[in-house]
Amino acid sequence: MIVNALLRAEKVSRSYGNTAALVEADLSVTASEVVAIMGPSGSGKSTLLHLLAGIFTPDSGEVWFDGRRLDTLDDSRRSELRRTAFGFVFQFGQLVPELTVADNVALPLLLGRTRRKDAYARAVSWLERLELADLGGRRTGELSGGQTQRVAIARALVTRPRVVFADEPTGALDSLTGEHVMDLLVGLAREEGTTVIVVTHDVRVAACADREIIVRDGRVTDPYAGGVVR
Amino acid sequence: MSVPLALLGLLEREPSHGYDLKHDYDTYFGRGKPLPFGQVYSTLARLARDGKVTAGQSEPGDGPDRKRYAITPIGRSEVESWLAEPVAAEPYLQTVLFTKVVLALMLGRDAAGYLDAQRAAHLRRMRELTEIRREGALIDVLLADHALFRLEADLRWIDVTQARLGALAETVRGR
Repeated sequence: MIVNALLRAEKVSRSYGNTAALVEADLSVTASEVVAIMGPSGSGKSTLLHLLAGIFTPDSGEVWFDGRRLDTLDDSRRSELRRTAFGFVFQFGQLVPELTVADNVALPLLLGRTRRKDAYARAVSWLERLELADLGGRRTGELSGGQTQRVAIARALVTRPRVVFADEPTGALDSLTGEHVMDLLVGLAREEGTTVIVVTHDVRVAACADREIIVRDGRVTDPYAGGVVR
Repeated sequence: MSVPLALLGLLEREPSHGYDLKHDYDTYFGRGKPLPFGQVYSTLARLARDGKVTAGQSEPGDGPDRKRYAITPIGRSEVESWLAEPVAAEPYLQTVLFTKVVLALMLGRDAAGYLDAQRAAHLRRMRELTEIRREGALIDVLLADHALFRLEADLRWIDVTQARLGALAETVRGR
């Protein structure tokens, strides 16, 4: 176990019906670390990500975030934590197609009751950092795959979260575009000191992380276990 | 990398001194492993002996060899053939990876653990290469890309083998 972990799972298990998706998984992640969760399809890696993010609760075991027990919080407090401390980037379907790019990026701030003017100013600033300054007025349905994922990254980072959870963020992109998207995500996260946990089957994506863990048949293997992080 | 053919290829651009050839070789092909001067001049001497280059008269100046070398039609023809010929695909499954996995299974040792360790080592190298890609000039980026793709191929093999370890164990232990 890593001392001073920002996020920690301890013997976490989760089943769907009779199928064990995750079995006594342990994982510790320190602040500002970029960790890749790898493994075959159906191995339980997305389940682990959802448990760490407080989207699912485990059947047994504990999840800790910043010294607080996450899995025992009630739904509304977990929801608030996800909105304020976590950001998310998924492979598909995370943007509202009826809204403009700027609206989508400002949305998490508006939901958090940031003043409209401030929310849009911050959204524009993040769009610039993601090389999307010219696209703020476009509807997200008009964007390419790479542009869509960059908007999703802007939306994930605009609230300055402690942790960004990304589930196959480049899964629908060609390799060069995917690489660019990962460079932006990891580069900006490092600038901001944000922790990133990324589920991927792509070794190029994993190579952007500080380390990887492997999930196989619901069990976690950490090749760096024993306190050696890098 | 075939040093004689690379030097011949560089000479096809224009006649050059050994020093300039070494500089260009190191810049394009020898990154991290510069070509020793001695090897440059011994290679050029062999190429001259074989009629693939001609050596001009020694010119005044510092250094061990101030001859200007030029490619001959024989040398040009060799470069042309070499560039058109595909490199033999390497038989990856004969590598140490495969040998270790099979031996581990035969001996009842932890083949899965070995593959996990190998994956981690491959990914560590990929991280170094990814950093080079991020910071490097285009030539470094393309060389890193080549190494990355080879490592990716190994990693795909590691994943597939890991998924089939049970069947492979039965096969190798059944003999």
